[in-house]
Amino acid sequence: MTIVRENPVEKYLRMERMPSIWCPGCGIGTTVNCFARALDGSGFDLDKVAIVSGIGCTGRVAGYLKLDSFHTTHGRAIPFATGLKLANPELKVVVYSGDGDLSAIGGNHLFHAARRNADLLVVCVNNFTYGMTGGQVTPTTPYPAIASTTPYGAYEETFNLPGVVAAAGATFVARWTAYHVKQLAKTMGEALGKKGFRFIEIIAPCPTLYLRRNRLGEGLEEMKYYQEKSVIKNGADPKDVAIDYREEIIVGKFVDVERPTLEEAMEKRMGEALGAKYVPYKQPGKMSPRA
Amino acid sequence: MTTATKPAAKKKNFRGVVVIKHEQCKGCGFCVEFCPLGALALDKGYNAKGYHPPHFAKPELCNGCDMCGLYCPDFAIFGYREKLDDAA
Amino acid sequence: MSNAESTGVLTGSHYLDGDHACSEGAIAAGCRFASGYPITPSTEVVERLSQRFPHVGGRFQQFEDELAASIALQGATWGGAKTITVTSGPGFSLMMEHIGLAAITETPCVFVNVQRAGPSTGLPTQPAQGDMMQARFGSHGDYRLITVCPNSPQESFDLTLEAFNLAEEYRVPVIVMLDEVVGHMTEKVVIPPAEKLKVTERRWTTKKPGEYKPFDANGGLVPDMVKAGDGYRIHVTGLTHDERGYPNMTVPAHEKMQMRLTDKILKNVDKIVRFDAQDLDGAEVVVVSYGITSRIAQKAIADARQQGIRVGSFRLITAWPFPEKQIAELSKKVKAFVVPELNLGQMVLEVERIANGRCRTIPVPHVGGTVHDPSVILKKIQEAVR
Repeated sequence: MTIVRENPVEKYLRMERMPSIWCPGCGIGTTVNCFARALDGSGFDLDKVAIVSGIGCTGRVAGYLKLDSFHTTHGRAIPFATGLKLANPELKVVVYSGDGDLSAIGGNHLFHAARRNADLLVVCVNNFTYGMTGGQVTPTTPYPAIASTTPYGAYEETFNLPGVVAAAGATFVARWTAYHVKQLAKTMGEALGKKGFRFIEIIAPCPTLYLRRNRLGEGLEEMKYYQEKSVIKNGADPKDVAIDYREEIIVGKFVDVERPTLEEAMEKRMGEALGAKYVPYKQPGKMSPRA
Repeated sequence: MTTATKPAAKKKNFRGVVVIKHEQCKGCGFCVEFCPLGALALDKGYNAKGYHPPHFAKPELCNGCDMCGLYCPDFAIFGYREKLDDAA
Repeated sequence: MSNAESTGVLTGSHYLDGDHACSEGAIAAGCRFASGYPITPSTEVVERLSQRFPHVGGRFQQFEDELAASIALQGATWGGAKTITVTSGPGFSLMMEHIGLAAITETPCVFVNVQRAGPSTGLPTQPAQGDMMQARFGSHGDYRLITVCPNSPQESFDLTLEAFNLAEEYRVPVIVMLDEVVGHMTEKVVIPPAEKLKVTERRWTTKKPGEYKPFDANGGLVPDMVKAGDGYRIHVTGLTHDERGYPNMTVPAHEKMQMRLTDKILKNVDKIVRFDAQDLDGAEVVVVSYGITSRIAQKAIADARQQGIRVGSFRLITAWPFPEKQIAELSKKVKAFVVPELNLGQMVLEVERIANGRCRTIPVPHVGGTVHDPSVILKKIQEAVR
């Protein structure tokens, strides 16, 4: 007898809001699919997983995931998430945002959170553009790609995001593309279980803006480019994984170390300095009737 | 002349099933491309939004691996493995 | 209402400056998370919080800038804590986007601005009251907040505590507008025992997950609140949204949301507005003032009364919402309002607008940097009755 099962990811999604606003061939949905699979396999209490996003196409992820979700302001998901986590330490807090949101307007917060080893998982979908607003140049748009504000080709040096984030102090740094669904889901699952500042960059297609302006085809063509040109180098030095236009993309897990998180460092210092006088922060208690 | 005996073809005790939500699909083609067994193809017909969703072109090839489901950016397809009744 | 947690309430008689009293007001209100960034003349507030919090189970985090500080406290609010951040002019300007976010997401939290002379870097160590309109209109779009103006260290304690209560009552960010003089003047501050303090707890919902909607006011004007981690799986966005919190960017949805956010404050204005009125009966002229200027005005008023002028005092404790009803009533009875401010005319615009020509409105502006000389205000009072 054929039983038509429900898609196992549906319980993680606000299905009443489907179809999503993402374009055909956009890679963001695929990354969310991987994330939902990672949650599914994790066994975590999903009431305690919170997601915070910024503004942009990737920022819309928070609205589709059936978790405590916060769609904040442009570039500021990370400090919101830092405050959320500091006030409610038993939460697992994930920041899900795009390359422009996290590394341009949000750059300051990205680097400081990495420096502090704030206990956050940051998922950065890098489609080399500000998609939502029409395809402007971002700190990752490679030379000489066309963008709406660099109509003659981008000319700036770009951020090698794994490199800068690792240099700032992130304790877990990985990159995959939207093509590497299995590896991505696995890495997300692994990262969810860790502590400290974890950063996963996902190279993904933006067919409507970045690909179309640069005549690179549809989302599918871009996925095939990822398939063809990606090179898996686990343990690579994050300084060496910069992406040039249409060249190879080094993917894999680059950094996986441990050091005290922001909270741990805070508590340790207070404890050392104040001894018995230190009153640690109390997890806010449950305050409402539960189903 | 030695006759190599081919082992009897093992009867599959499972089948792959794919469930497609036609109206939710945006016709990106990821599932068709990345199905490792080539069991899917884009429909000639289209849904209400004008996209060509996939159809289960070669069900006999499907092993229920759910790669289609994993790739789909719109959560419009998923696959699973169904155990066949021995009696069937 | 419940009593403040005994831990942390610094019961007793103290000599504190306004900044320090503000910190104690927050702690007494049950605030246990603060974010901040140093800026003169507000820094002492967070310095004291950073020193006191580890003794009372609080967490203070200094962030990399005011943009981070002004949103981190909102994250902490949704994590379940009572939260505060503190700044002055340039930082207040940076915080504007996030004040708007708190307004549209109805996040209860407290922003403190210890005003200094602007614009821009201005006079960092010297007072002004030049951010009053900014407290009302500083963020983009239409929104209504509550703003309180302490005029002494005692009031810094009292009104900071009250700010937390108002924030929880109306699920709104509340702004405490000190100024550099109130912030740095030292006076006696009496902090009552915890059981005597009135502290409003968060409006935790009694609805179950599945029933609760984060922006559903249930027929009233203020929705109940929850925190992340309790199974409600809420969605909170800065986009125009419906009761579920889901983006709904249509004109009807925007109107519905905006009108409730406005009514939330305006329909409760009688409960929210606080002022200190003295000698209004038979007054020919009323001095409308707030913050440190009200202390200077006291001398001018006393001198004027000695000269036989029937002058009353109307001190704004809440600057926003503005006490329109009271000023409108007074405007029918007096010859003039005299409005001294440490700015080139901000709250006086409201007074003039409400008085609507029924009486004169005489501004007593000051560019800031120091306080008025009482004689300047006295001169205007004399002018008012001529």
